[in-house]
Amino acid sequence: MTAAEKYVAAAYLVVFATVLAYVLIISLKLVRLEREVAELTELARARLAPEAAPVG
Amino acid sequence: MSYLSDVAALARKDLRLELRARDTLPAMLLFVISTLVVFHFTLPQGGSRLAAFGLLWVALVFTALLGLTRAFAAEREGEVLDGLVLAPSDRSAIWLGKAIAMLVFLVAAEAVALPAFALFFDPGIDGRTLLGVALADLGICTVGTLLAGMAAASRARELLLPLLFLPLAIPIVIGGVGTSVAGGGRYVELLVLYDAIFAIICWASFEYVVTE
Amino acid sequence: MVAAVAMIAFFAPEDADQGLSQKIFYFHVPIALTAYACFGWGAWKALLHLWKRRPGADLESYVAVHQGVIFGALTLVTGSIWAKISWGVWWAWSSNQLVLFLVLFLFYAAYFMLRFSVEPGPRRANLSAVYALFGVALIPVSFLAIRLANDFIHPTVFTSHGPQMSGRMFATFCVSWAAMLLLVGTLYHVELAGKRLDSRLRELRELLA
Repeated sequence: MTAAEKYVAAAYLVVFATVLAYVLIISLKLVRLEREVAELTELARARLAPEAAPVG
Repeated sequence: MSYLSDVAALARKDLRLELRARDTLPAMLLFVISTLVVFHFTLPQGGSRLAAFGLLWVALVFTALLGLTRAFAAEREGEVLDGLVLAPSDRSAIWLGKAIAMLVFLVAAEAVALPAFALFFDPGIDGRTLLGVALADLGICTVGTLLAGMAAASRARELLLPLLFLPLAIPIVIGGVGTSVAGGGRYVELLVLYDAIFAIICWASFEYVVTE
Repeated sequence: MVAAVAMIAFFAPEDADQGLSQKIFYFHVPIALTAYACFGWGAWKALLHLWKRRPGADLESYVAVHQGVIFGALTLVTGSIWAKISWGVWWAWSSNQLVLFLVLFLFYAAYFMLRFSVEPGPRRANLSAVYALFGVALIPVSFLAIRLANDFIHPTVFTSHGPQMSGRMFATFCVSWAAMLLLVGTLYHVELAGKRLDSRLRELRELLA
């Protein structure tokens, strides 16, 4: 492998790693959002339950 | 007609305020002279005339920056900017008046800085350099005043203005150094182009900087 | 997004037979052009925000500029590696495109500083939009300026740029550019959806609390 080849490979690697890091950040964010949604669902259920109870 | 008289009144207000309080101009003068003295010691002995011109431009840009950080200080301290915005005149008049006042300050500082530069470094200032400085002043004041208005709205204020301003000032510096070092009409054309483009953008967009 | 990555991965081997240091060209130039496209898109959304007062245009402009900065940083890195291959140095001030990207990178980094130091609200949207509009004006002006600056900083002119492209090379280039645009478009939508979801959730939390 010549030096030029190594550099080309390094360039591709850098781009790939950046995209990977980006996807990773997005996925972490997705996990956080999911947790928040679950939390809010619980909250909503707890809020609605007392009102629903006399009816049911 | 009334637009121009609004602009004139606003610029006069800033100049009168400066005459009374003497906040900005003495600081700018002292700063530019001290910078030139510092540059004398950073420039190696027998450094070229071209390098000296480069330093002149660094000194001018940073002096302008020093003045610009104070541009909206009076309005902020007195909290009169909202009053000005509500006044029944075109908002861009505020920007134009402020830019004219800044231009006066900057030219006054340079009226001292350029002779001092000639005295210290003996670079041989010619008409081309003066033309370059004048055109660059226009660009610095138009863009700088708008950015100062932006920075005044932020929490970081004085910290933010150099960050916003310096990348935008790079074409000005290139044009300015070019006119004084390499000569040639293309650098003057560049400065004129820059001034025209950014003056139009600033004039059109200042309203959005001060309103919601 | 998967499709775009797959296309690039699928296409990278194809240009392996066309000269070595040239290979980076298929990556570097499309990334650079894509970054321009992002900045342009961001400025367009900024204009829509100021002019038509379209809700959401501010967020779209911000996301586009964010993508542009990521791709601009990638351009700087790949360009630096390319400079190392062809000229033997990591940084070449004589390469106009690289210097322009450095200026733009600094400029848009200041955009984020501005955005993070102003309280969220209509004022911040206006300031960001005006600054994004400054950006598109800065691109051609500083390109011109940097090309002129080379005359007095580096009197010699580099001619390594502008290689004559054969038909096959051009086809590869176009496909990798299309893939890059697709990638950035996908990332743009993903990020935008994430940001919108975030603000919706905050709204919901306030409603429930």
